[in-house]
Amino acid sequence: MTSFNLMHLQFILTGAMWTVILSVLATLGGGIGGAILALAGISRHRFIRNIAALYITLIQGVPLLVILFLTYFGLPALGFNIEPLAAATFGLSVYVSAFLGEIWRGSLEAVRKAQWEAGECLALTRMQVLLHIIMPQSIRLATPPTVGFIVQVVKNTSLVSAISFIELTRSGQIVNNSTFQPFLIYTIVACLYFAMCFPLSRFSRVLEKKFAISAR
Amino acid sequence: MSDVIVGLKDVWKSFGEVSVLRGVTFDVAKGQVVSIIGKSGSGKSTALRCINGLEAFQSGEIAVDGFNLADETLDLRALRKKVGIVFQSYNLFPHLTVLGNIELAPKLAKRLSPTETRELALKVLGEVGLLDKRDHYPEQLSGGQQQRVAIARSLAMEPTVMLFDEVTSALDPELKEEVLRVIERLAGSGMTMILVTHEMNFARRVSGKVIFMHQGVVHEQGTSEILSNPGTPELVQFVGSNL
Amino acid sequence: MNIDFGPVFARSGFLIDGLLLTLQFSLTAIVTGFVAGTLIAVGSRSKTRLLSLVCQGYVEAIRNTPLLVQLLVVYFGLSSVGLKFPVFFVVILAMTINNAAYTAEIMRAGLDSIAKSQIEAAKSLALSPWQVFSRVMLPPAIERVYRSLSSQFVLMMLSSSITSQISAEELMAAGNFIQSETFRPFETYIVLAVLYLILSLLFRGLFWAFGQVAFPRRRRLGTSL
Repeated sequence: MTSFNLMHLQFILTGAMWTVILSVLATLGGGIGGAILALAGISRHRFIRNIAALYITLIQGVPLLVILFLTYFGLPALGFNIEPLAAATFGLSVYVSAFLGEIWRGSLEAVRKAQWEAGECLALTRMQVLLHIIMPQSIRLATPPTVGFIVQVVKNTSLVSAISFIELTRSGQIVNNSTFQPFLIYTIVACLYFAMCFPLSRFSRVLEKKFAISAR
Repeated sequence: MSDVIVGLKDVWKSFGEVSVLRGVTFDVAKGQVVSIIGKSGSGKSTALRCINGLEAFQSGEIAVDGFNLADETLDLRALRKKVGIVFQSYNLFPHLTVLGNIELAPKLAKRLSPTETRELALKVLGEVGLLDKRDHYPEQLSGGQQQRVAIARSLAMEPTVMLFDEVTSALDPELKEEVLRVIERLAGSGMTMILVTHEMNFARRVSGKVIFMHQGVVHEQGTSEILSNPGTPELVQFVGSNL
Repeated sequence: MNIDFGPVFARSGFLIDGLLLTLQFSLTAIVTGFVAGTLIAVGSRSKTRLLSLVCQGYVEAIRNTPLLVQLLVVYFGLSSVGLKFPVFFVVILAMTINNAAYTAEIMRAGLDSIAKSQIEAAKSLALSPWQVFSRVMLPPAIERVYRSLSSQFVLMMLSSSITSQISAEELMAAGNFIQSETFRPFETYIVLAVLYLILSLLFRGLFWAFGQVAFPRRRRLGTSL
């Protein structure tokens, strides 16, 4: 058994880097899925809207850990071979898309009610109204909660440790196995998460205040 | 004068740099109805709120029914059982029904039994003529009705002094009358009342004493006669602008 | 590729035990987290600057770190200083710490929404500070943020699955065990997903029913405060 040293710290920092990478990938993947869900959610066809709503209800009603285990253990059992990074990214993206989809649909909806008719009166097509009138305003509404949700994404990547992907939490666990200084190590891990999340939380709150003021 | 129930003596109060009360002195006798009039910012509402301890004051004396408000160890809750206040914005509790609003304080602060509380609540609700609204929620009532419930809520504490802080100012003209009628009936019943008001005709009709406040002091006081024959140019101007 | 749920259903006893433990974890942590969170919300609104800073710092610290790491800190932290507690206690402690921070944030918004004039009216009716808080501030505050509270509690129930990582034998752990026995991960985790989904719908239903009882004004008028 060795005591905590610089090598360990370096190992943990490498884990932290993977947490950042996973967070970015999950946000991108979830963002694409979320955009599709949000658009489906304001579709004129009830069927498409219902599919989007069903997806969101299903995913939000299941723990992320179950989704990750389904992709990491379940898919190979069905004959799909999948790399740990791909499994982690896919599982996180599935989860994140449901939440981003709901946030974004809400912001589109909020603008749509007020502005859709005005845009139609200008003889624009539905797509033109969406792109030039609704979207720009929705993005302002959606930005603070989206940034706030990225904090959840960063924290949720910690669950990937359970499918033995070596990100920040898993690297902490590995170091702890050799040093057994759990209090010290998990406090360092917690501080690193805090260092990633706190600025995002703050930024989200600043944006919220800024938009709340300019919306008056 | 043993029948003085509320007495202010040289009361000073400032919010930060701004002096709001600059030596206010007046007395209210038991059973008397006193109207305080004056421009906004003259300190009349602040003076009223000092009487039940909602605002602290920096110097001077306020005595209310044997309580000394300058005393920092004063039991404010004991004082407030004796002094009711009705606000401009009604301030009913939105999550409680009319009866719930009225019964809350007798039950909690006076520890009356449920039957006593209910009897009392129905009595005061009858006095403001809203027995049929007992199970309504505040948002289901008009402004005038809400204000009458607020009056009933104060009355249910069976106070010895009632304070009214511009209680009709937030109401449409056609709703003012119903509230003023309730207050007038109360004045006739011998309740000691201090009203901050903009209703000159009403003040003239019900008050035994009118106090005109100007720039943080009692500028002129007397019977309601002073509204017809003001003694100072400021009151002349004020009465003129409020006809 | 063959799909067979038989081996999983054959072990449904484990699932039922796990489900009951998940329910116990969640319901306990909802109550403890709500009480602690409300106290922290009150503390963070306090005029005593130190108390308010400590409470706000707590909320920020917890909201910006993962539950899994909090769980590991509590679990190993307690044992590294020689304190041995049953897993149930460790789980409830960690979930309460976590849930309290989120609940505090929500309840703070609710309490902030109570107008000063409401408090003045209550004080003027000779109510004690506790009566003002519990009868005039708290009920409408809870009613206003009830939706956020319900969502938070459902999320917390789902995240209790994380406690399987410190060998709490709740629903997720039961699934992991069945998976290791049957080598049928797909079927096992599909069943788990369905069970959690049922739990979250059940919780939503329960919160709705509780709201109907707790907020008679909203039930009768259908309007929000």
